[in-house]
Amino acid sequence: MNTTNLNCVIIGASHAGANCALELRKQGWLGTIYLVDADEYLPYHRPPLSKDYLSIEKAETSSFKPLFTKERYLEENIILKLGDRVIKVDEKQKSVTLSTGEILDYDKLVLATGASAIIPPIEGISACKKVRVLRNAADALQIQQDFKTSANKEVVIIGGGYIGLETAASLKKMGGNITVLECEERILARVAPLELANYFQELHKDNGVKIYTGTSAIKIEEKETSIEIKCSNGKIYSADVLIVGTGVKPNTLLAEEIGAEIDNGIKVDANLQTSVEDVYAIGDVAQFYHPKYEAWMRLESVQNAVDQAKIVAANVVGEAQQYSAIPWFWSDQFHVKLQMVGLSKGYTNLVVRTEADKEDCFSIWYFKNDDLIAVDAVNNGKAFVLGGKFIKNNTLVDPIKIADHAIPFKPNNLIKTETNAH
Amino acid sequence: MAKITYITKAGEEIQLEASSGSLMELAVKHKVAGIDGDCGGVCSCATCHVHVAPEFYQKLEAPTEIESDMLEFDDNVTEYSRLCCQIPISEAIDGITVNVAN
Repeated sequence: MNTTNLNCVIIGASHAGANCALELRKQGWLGTIYLVDADEYLPYHRPPLSKDYLSIEKAETSSFKPLFTKERYLEENIILKLGDRVIKVDEKQKSVTLSTGEILDYDKLVLATGASAIIPPIEGISACKKVRVLRNAADALQIQQDFKTSANKEVVIIGGGYIGLETAASLKKMGGNITVLECEERILARVAPLELANYFQELHKDNGVKIYTGTSAIKIEEKETSIEIKCSNGKIYSADVLIVGTGVKPNTLLAEEIGAEIDNGIKVDANLQTSVEDVYAIGDVAQFYHPKYEAWMRLESVQNAVDQAKIVAANVVGEAQQYSAIPWFWSDQFHVKLQMVGLSKGYTNLVVRTEADKEDCFSIWYFKNDDLIAVDAVNNGKAFVLGGKFIKNNTLVDPIKIADHAIPFKPNNLIKTETNAH
Repeated sequence: MAKITYITKAGEEIQLEASSGSLMELAVKHKVAGIDGDCGGVCSCATCHVHVAPEFYQKLEAPTEIESDMLEFDDNVTEYSRLCCQIPISEAIDGITVNVAN
């Protein structure tokens, strides 16, 4: 395909969008590339939002770790439209209208619009001006400012998922008094098994974070100097800083308006194309079918954003490629590094492996019948890397050997041998 | 200021200069093929694996346990393997050569 006179517009300039722009050049797109985002900052790494960005001394643009330098976009002739919101996509005229009134024509459109924080339906929550979420740089700066100016550093976090727990750990390290309220019976209820949730619950407890599970916030009220959070069990908590981390919803509005098929995200085919011609979707917003896990899914992760950016770029330049990468994730809390590879959903049994010579180091291996489908590794990079390889290569792994920490952790020791294979 | 040479899998030699940041950040900035640094430099992804020239390997601070663990089962690991997001740039490594591993 001769792309010299073509326009590609990418809406959303985070991990997915920014990588897509650069991948397009790498893969030979010669035409114009527009990269548009309502966020004014040069596209930056997002995982540190709940970690380093909360503790940076001087809050300024340069504090956010850029994905790529400004010069790099110039060199690659990528036109950045930062701070500009897309207000309309016209799929018939094939154009995108910005809040400035500017209209960008496209031949190919990539939607990398991401996801937004869900504000749970709690009485008084929308009237309270001090409720914070954590999705972008401005949010991190706001939380940091709230925290620095707060009298007692009393922080309440609603939601015991990864964002809530990472933020809890970061603000604790900065000297806060942290309370996490989780409405489910345990933390990480949607995303991790009991074994892992218990470990993190203890980790936070040992570090002085108070976590209350089975505790639903039902009313939020702004007092003169604090915020009061009433819970269904009658408890009342008082906060200087209130953060809500209760999950996200995909930003599908633009796609809906052009009639693209939506189902918990923008539905895409194996080539990451939406149901609308010449319109693609990637990253947190894309709902895709994973051939290995034989399921529709939407993943909120750096890996998914970056890997889909590469595949979509190939498809946009006309080299058909299908997306099938093995997902991986990580979370840093206190001294603990959690690394996850694969997807554990639908597992039929799990095996916990501890290491004989190491404390605070273990891994959870998830099997679906005989197949290894996921590994969660706590302070255990070996299990993360080797587990990922096993999953990718469909290696038959022996759960009994995995569970036996007397067996040294080496690939050949852990796979099923002829005699015990079935 | 330190001079740094990257050699890609394709044999391309890229010479750069810098005084701060990490070897991974410098490589990403200058599009060194095979160094992605997807996790942003927090030793979580192993997409910045290099082989350090032996005479320089000893000069570097030893890898942390998590870095060694990540490398142990990575493809093309050698005794001179490092994740270059964990190598800070300073005068001390002036003249270093690293080969991209994957």
